[in-house]
Amino acid sequence: MAEESQLIDEIVDRYEGEVGMLIPMMQDLQAEIGYLPVDHLRYMGKKLEVPMSHLYAVATFYSSFRLAPKGAHEVTLCLGTVCYLKGAGEISQAICREFQVAPGGTTPDRMFSYNPVNCVGACALAPVMVVDGKYHGQVTMESALEILHGLSLEEQTKEATTAE
Amino acid sequence: MISTDAKFTSPNDIAAFARQLRNKSKAIPKVVRVCIGTGCAAKDSRKLYELFQEAARKSSRDVRVETKNVGCHGFCERGPIVVIDPGEIFYQQVEEPDVAEIFRETILGGRILERLLFEDPLTGKKATKAAEIPFYNVQKRVVLSANGLIDPTQITDYLAAGGYSALAKVISSMSPEQVIEQVEESHLRGRGGGGFPTGRKWRSCREASGNGKYIICNGDEGDPGAFMDRSIMEGNPHSVIEGMIIGAYAVGAEQGYIYVRNEYPLAVRHLTGAIAQTRKRGLLGKNILGSNFSFDIRINRGGGAFVCGESSALIASLEGKPGEPRAKYVHMVESGLHGKPTVLNNVETWTNVPKIINNGGKWFADIGTEKSKGTKVFSLVGKVVNTGLVEVPMGISLRRIVEEIGGGVKDDKKFKAVQTGGPSGGCIPAEHLDARVDFDELTKLGSMMGSGGMIVMDEDTCMVQVARYFTEFLQKESCGKCTPCREGLAQMLHILTRITKGEGQADDLDKLKALAELLEGTALCALGKTAANPILSTIRYFQAEYEAHIQQRRCPAKECKGLFRYKIDEEACKACGICLKNCPVDAIVGEKKVPHKIIQEKCTLCGTCWDKCPFSAVLKV
Repeated sequence: MAEESQLIDEIVDRYEGEVGMLIPMMQDLQAEIGYLPVDHLRYMGKKLEVPMSHLYAVATFYSSFRLAPKGAHEVTLCLGTVCYLKGAGEISQAICREFQVAPGGTTPDRMFSYNPVNCVGACALAPVMVVDGKYHGQVTMESALEILHGLSLEEQTKEATTAE
Repeated sequence: MISTDAKFTSPNDIAAFARQLRNKSKAIPKVVRVCIGTGCAAKDSRKLYELFQEAARKSSRDVRVETKNVGCHGFCERGPIVVIDPGEIFYQQVEEPDVAEIFRETILGGRILERLLFEDPLTGKKATKAAEIPFYNVQKRVVLSANGLIDPTQITDYLAAGGYSALAKVISSMSPEQVIEQVEESHLRGRGGGGFPTGRKWRSCREASGNGKYIICNGDEGDPGAFMDRSIMEGNPHSVIEGMIIGAYAVGAEQGYIYVRNEYPLAVRHLTGAIAQTRKRGLLGKNILGSNFSFDIRINRGGGAFVCGESSALIASLEGKPGEPRAKYVHMVESGLHGKPTVLNNVETWTNVPKIINNGGKWFADIGTEKSKGTKVFSLVGKVVNTGLVEVPMGISLRRIVEEIGGGVKDDKKFKAVQTGGPSGGCIPAEHLDARVDFDELTKLGSMMGSGGMIVMDEDTCMVQVARYFTEFLQKESCGKCTPCREGLAQMLHILTRITKGEGQADDLDKLKALAELLEGTALCALGKTAANPILSTIRYFQAEYEAHIQQRRCPAKECKGLFRYKIDEEACKACGICLKNCPVDAIVGEKKVPHKIIQEKCTLCGTCWDKCPFSAVLKV
């Protein structure tokens, strides 16, 4: 409990305890831990005097929040119109099949979390897959699977271009 | 002399400091500009920037070279892009091994490397400058004028290019009333999709009673296939901030918010840096430029919900709630964020403001058509030769955008439609390509301006699938608050899916139209009200294609699996056996040197042979 309270206190103070800043607070929490653990949310709710049901509503409304731990890597596939026209839908199906992962879920071996998103706004590169912040353009079913097979549990491939 | 990081305490400081900066930059004869927008950065342009920096450092010659990383040039198709001054030499598709040569030949030697120049695919003519490339010379760059020129992480670059001079003008010589008059005279209309007159919005907010008013910048660019706002926020963040400060001055707001999509990390980084620099300079915060006007800006990142681009949903999100819209019988300008009068404008709208102040409302109103003024930025994408970000004067024809700027349809395919207005927009067919880009004209055609996505589709695109794709998108993104949108979209998606599977029923089109009408009339917010546009516009222009699916169980574009067959072209077949080996149901027969054949009765239409054939001998018929 002490750990949770310390982290949450710090995050809430960052926004001067303003309830309107709930979403940035939850984003900070997720950036810190990788997901939104229920104990942390409960403590945050108490501190802000906001019911747990409200936190849950927010956490489940926005697609970027997750309530379960994520994998070692973060894989985002763009399913925007252009990527879709250029075959991203089929690539997505192939990834789900090959790695037994559902959209928004994590592979059984916790290798990566898979998030298809609406558009990353890099249409000149379509179809686009983003792995740990690195943009892979013009991916095909084969090249996408090859990139994902090349991931390993230890190594993170964070790129300077998009790391926050 | 004003020291390089001093706080400005009077409007006059801005012009003096900009002069100082320009004199200093005259002393640096050579400049290399490397694009680090998301498109070029994905092709490792940051590495190029580092290599140029290293080369400049190591160079023993007595030449001062400045390397800059700059925002998006727009020609993402040809990235990474490197521009060298003097001469504005425009190199495209630059790779790491090219750096040393560019440095030696062009920067030090002043010689042009022909192979890195853009070559016109039609005439074979090489272009040295951007202005000589058709992609650029049809455009009119107002909003994007500094993109690609300035380093978005340095406020000094923006200042040297005349940045914050509009703010200085406003604070030193204009009353809030005069600012609003200029914006009204410009006839600027909201660039986020609604097209509401900006000046009128500002005036209502100024006149609304109550204090603690808010200014919001909507950077939740959720339309798939659109990246205008991303490129502006990444490439020229100060232009957005300057517009907002002027807006706050005009309506009397003290606090502003920029709501940026979660998927745009670079935009968040550049905006955060820009706000910090602006505060340090005394352009944000208490007593801006020594006046008694105070204003500050905070950045909020979105949570990944499309509906939050809708103004009332965005405000709910800023209040820490799920992003559900509300009915708008009470206007934002009277009761918006936390119940206070609020002005919400899109990124591109804010960016236009400093230009209007500097050049006057009349200058802006002289560009464009009768009711749509100024320029509009579009992201031109899809099956088009030149993908990228383009800015054109209102009133230009769609044909010029697609054919002259975009270079026509890719791979010599036939043009089928251009989709504008985002997921709730519509598809405009070839016979209306001469229509002009104008808020009202696009609406008349069953589409809309939207925020500026422009997706080109070729003959291989099935319009029923397009309608299904957008309906699925909107159904997933519907917040679920009102029944017509939540249930209506689900039903329409169900019908469209049925049609693409060849299970369409005779009255499906009537059902779709009835549902669409209901949705338009009864949904709570703009997302729901316009959600049927993709279906209605495709039925309007491509009814025959729907009918082929429903009546003949055939997909004319050969995209819907199961609604066309595969056949092997005997002349093209080299009898290599690859399709035969890969067919999962042994439906292909053939021997060495004998063209292969598909046994249609056995074929499950999976498409494996089509994917695998190295000679494109498998045809869709």
